[in-house]
Amino acid sequence: MKRSHWSIPYVVFMAIFVVLPLLLVMVYAFQDGTGHFTLANISRFFTDSDALGTFAVSLEVAIENTLICILIGYPAAWILANKDLNRSAVTIILFIMPMWINALMRTLATAEIFNMLGIPLGKGTLLFGMVYDYLPFMIYPIYNVLAKLDRSYLEAAQDLGATPWKVFWKVTVPLSMPGVTSGVLMVFMPTVSTFAISEFLTNNKIKLFGTIIQENINSSMWNYGAALAFIMLIIIGITTMFSDDNENAEEALI
Amino acid sequence: MKKFFAQAYIWFLLALLYAPLILIAIFSFTESRVLGSWTGFSTQLYANLFSGEMQESGSLLAAVENTLLIAFVSATVSMILGTIAAVGIHNLQGRKKQAVSFLNNIPMINPDVITGVSLFLLFVFLHFSQGYLTVILAHISFGTPYVVLSVMPKLRQMNPNVYEAALDLGATPAQALWKVLVPQLRPGMVSGFILAFTMSLDDFAVTFFTRGTIGLETLSTYIYADARKGGLTPELRALMTLIFLIILILLVIINVRQAKTQKANE
Repeated sequence: MKRSHWSIPYVVFMAIFVVLPLLLVMVYAFQDGTGHFTLANISRFFTDSDALGTFAVSLEVAIENTLICILIGYPAAWILANKDLNRSAVTIILFIMPMWINALMRTLATAEIFNMLGIPLGKGTLLFGMVYDYLPFMIYPIYNVLAKLDRSYLEAAQDLGATPWKVFWKVTVPLSMPGVTSGVLMVFMPTVSTFAISEFLTNNKIKLFGTIIQENINSSMWNYGAALAFIMLIIIGITTMFSDDNENAEEALI
Repeated sequence: MKKFFAQAYIWFLLALLYAPLILIAIFSFTESRVLGSWTGFSTQLYANLFSGEMQESGSLLAAVENTLLIAFVSATVSMILGTIAAVGIHNLQGRKKQAVSFLNNIPMINPDVITGVSLFLLFVFLHFSQGYLTVILAHISFGTPYVVLSVMPKLRQMNPNVYEAALDLGATPAQALWKVLVPQLRPGMVSGFILAFTMSLDDFAVTFFTRGTIGLETLSTYIYADARKGGLTPELRALMTLIFLIILILLVIINVRQAKTQKANE
């Protein structure tokens, strides 16, 4: 037996539990309750102002969350990876550690802090809580890439007369892009599709796209729920298209 | 000066990140129903946790057991399936290799709601009754890609001839696998297992959609149901504090050991 055949069990497993389910999402999205082909589910989304509004809000929150995570997370990752500024490995572990604590529990505690401070729950607290939940997922991949960066590139740029500012923008930032891409993948789509977290952080005032998918599936509106999931799959396809360097991005995680 | 600002920035972020966790820890030492109101120091919540006598319901401990069981079984299967798959993918060429690598990336890119909904539809379609088995299968499907990605770099570092040499010297394929391949891949397998285990522990959405209606609760679904009822079981605060401490201790031990081996290697 050839050793390349060792991948066969996994491929079969993935075909059943990853590919087939995604195909079923598509099938259900284009079917009515009796199993006939229809475009009604898709067109319903485009005429459903509630769903469209939720969709717009989700994209907005996700874009803002991703940008804030990059703005806050990149400097943090850079400092952590810079041996002159940070010698201790403990601080890096401290940033990763919250990921091991149940996300729902952390979110509820965050909401509780807002309550204690008398801050009303709404868009602002939602965004704050999202940044809080997803920041480690941005810092970690960027840190991983920056820590492995060959420092001789930076020294070479310096020797060739680049100012520290130029070295940073022309060398460090471009070389760390796989980390940023991977961070964006881990923050953007999960934010759009999150449910539960948005309910807790806004006292059910703001729904995100994940919540309406969940509501439809749970109230047995499988076909419409599948149509909403299908629309999200298309967006995922588009975002991953933009991050063409996928393999590097995935490897930045490990 | 630069260093001072850099350190201040890092510690400020950490203080923000940890504020809710510290809040939970502080309020685990008071008996009040709601987080945020202090009714005097007490270790009653911890006592309740260990005696299994909850103010609300005894199902919290069952939820913890389920969470650990599901995480352990699914991560173990993921580790075995993923390692075998990684060897296979490593030996694939060209387009086939690209196709399988792409397949491997899908669960990692998919948001968990989509994974959950799509698996829910699968089990409905196959008339598969949902419960432990479906949750475990679902967790294997999103955990295994992390194992594959952790094992692949170890395969690239490995000398491919070692396995052949073992065969030439008369080892059976099983022996060569167990005595040659596995020891070399072990670090990747372990980190893959840990990743898959963590993903399973933290999962909410996929479990939510694949657990069916048999009343199976994991920690995440328990917390969700609890919060929607209004008000968390107070014992959860004690439980979270304990989990936090256990993880902290584990990480410190791992870190100290790593630092030691690094020093020894230098």
